[in-house]
Amino acid sequence: MKKITIITGHYGTGKTNFSVNLALNEAKKGIPVTVVDLDLVNPYFRTADFKELFADHGVTLIAPEYANSNVDLPTVSFDIEELAQQEGCLLIDVGGDDAGATALGRYADAIMAHGDEVDMLYVLNCYRYLTRTPEEALTLMQEIETASRLRHTGLVNNSNLGCETTAELITNSLPFAEEIAKQAGLPLLFTTADKQLNLSGDGFLPIDVFVKPLWEQTV
Amino acid sequence: MKGNEALAEAAIRAGCKCFFGYPITPQTELAAYMAKRMNKEGGVFLQAESEIAAINMVLGAASTGVRAMTSSSSPGISLKSEGISYMAGSDVPAVIINVQRGGPGLGGIQPSQADYWQATKANGHGDFQLLVYAPCSVQEMVDMVVKAFDTADKYRVPAMILADGLLGQMMEPVSFPEINPNAVDKSSWATTGHGNKRAHNIVNSLYINATDLEDVVRERYERYAKIEANETDAELYQTEDADVLVCAYGATARVVKSAVNAARAEGIKAGMFRPKTLWPFPKKELNEAAKNASKLLCVEMSMGQMVDDIKLAINCSKPVSFFGRTGGVIPTPAEVLSEIKTLAAQAE
Repeated sequence: MKKITIITGHYGTGKTNFSVNLALNEAKKGIPVTVVDLDLVNPYFRTADFKELFADHGVTLIAPEYANSNVDLPTVSFDIEELAQQEGCLLIDVGGDDAGATALGRYADAIMAHGDEVDMLYVLNCYRYLTRTPEEALTLMQEIETASRLRHTGLVNNSNLGCETTAELITNSLPFAEEIAKQAGLPLLFTTADKQLNLSGDGFLPIDVFVKPLWEQTV
Repeated sequence: MKGNEALAEAAIRAGCKCFFGYPITPQTELAAYMAKRMNKEGGVFLQAESEIAAINMVLGAASTGVRAMTSSSSPGISLKSEGISYMAGSDVPAVIINVQRGGPGLGGIQPSQADYWQATKANGHGDFQLLVYAPCSVQEMVDMVVKAFDTADKYRVPAMILADGLLGQMMEPVSFPEINPNAVDKSSWATTGHGNKRAHNIVNSLYINATDLEDVVRERYERYAKIEANETDAELYQTEDADVLVCAYGATARVVKSAVNAARAEGIKAGMFRPKTLWPFPKKELNEAAKNASKLLCVEMSMGQMVDDIKLAINCSKPVSFFGRTGGVIPTPAEVLSEIKTLAAQAE
């Protein structure tokens, strides 16, 4: 992971689940990781939900003061410029679509100051309504870049259908992801797959599914 | 899809041509989706200046016979109450979506089911009922929006989808069935312009003579009786031999189902009754589900509202206990399992 990794995409593509996996993978290598929950749009299902999991793995979580509370106050009480001065990696989980990416734009200059040490990854899910065609996904990608004043450096294919995801669904999503990579001129870094589906080999990143509703968690 | 988006897409596919709304968490994605899609579908999306304006725009649009919808969350629904009463009093069919959050007052933005009484008993002044559908999944949100439009048109009554913030915000796989909106002939009442070729159609809720108003209300209650006889719906899960019957609707029923499965794994005969229509309340279905139960447990994200309808439906023939979390707190499967175990132990 580079010094700063930014995760963007439509809400519901699986940005948060991917971010949690990435953070834990780095932490397991002994690298200090700080996760920034920069979602000022969506009150539910966000990285701040994983406070305890992060604490167990030594990952620092920075979240808006009122995340997961009962008020709708989209405020940020931290400074990304300052956080980026710390040792280790910074992982920024951005809010959904271009509305969510607007908050990121506030830090564009501070982030660009880190030059090549920044990755901005666009998360794809071809089974997610509104981003099902390469055209829709590319349009949104450009809208996010406009709102955030930053450019993507790579793509992550996180195509899934929640608990109904199968290995076949994932492999079927590859042409979609490859087409977007071709049109965007960006590398497709990996295709994620739930560890339980046993999809491995070149290009696959086995992940754990952390984001799930209460009733799918074990009693 | 996200629950809020699915509600919007289903409405468009059900032939909804007018959406009027006002933003409020946790339903805003619905209006945002409509803003993107509606104009492309040849319909109208309008963000009104307030919830009150939005519901009255729905009344106006639906009076012309088109399918119209509005959506909001709890505090916004309170503001719409006057308009909803006018729609019921004018026999205008339309769909109103409530993605419930914590209350009373401004409350909070986390999920809740504390608007049950409002939806089923008193969503406005006067003698009237709303059709109330309670989905428990994103797929059911789709199916129920279509059903709500069709049934509202059939009986000329407004219909509500009573969802909650959890369902509105969650992602789930969804498939859209082939939707053929039931074409209902509205020419006898819709205000589409008479062209000097027929008498005026008048949509109105004001009656000068008390006896005229009484007649109109009585006729409406005859339709309500037909709805109660024909339109109830419920899911019965593991009820055949259930000793402890847990009653829940909406997202809470998903939590309850997990708890019932866990109880069954421990040898407890638990089952679940889930009303899909809250008005009309599925009394027959509840009595069928409860036939072998010795006790009932009602679980809600509220201080206990549906629990009264459960007691009424079984005529208080069996003990009904209640477990609820409120203020935006979601009950966990473990908490519900613990309640089931306590009841099962008492039964022995």
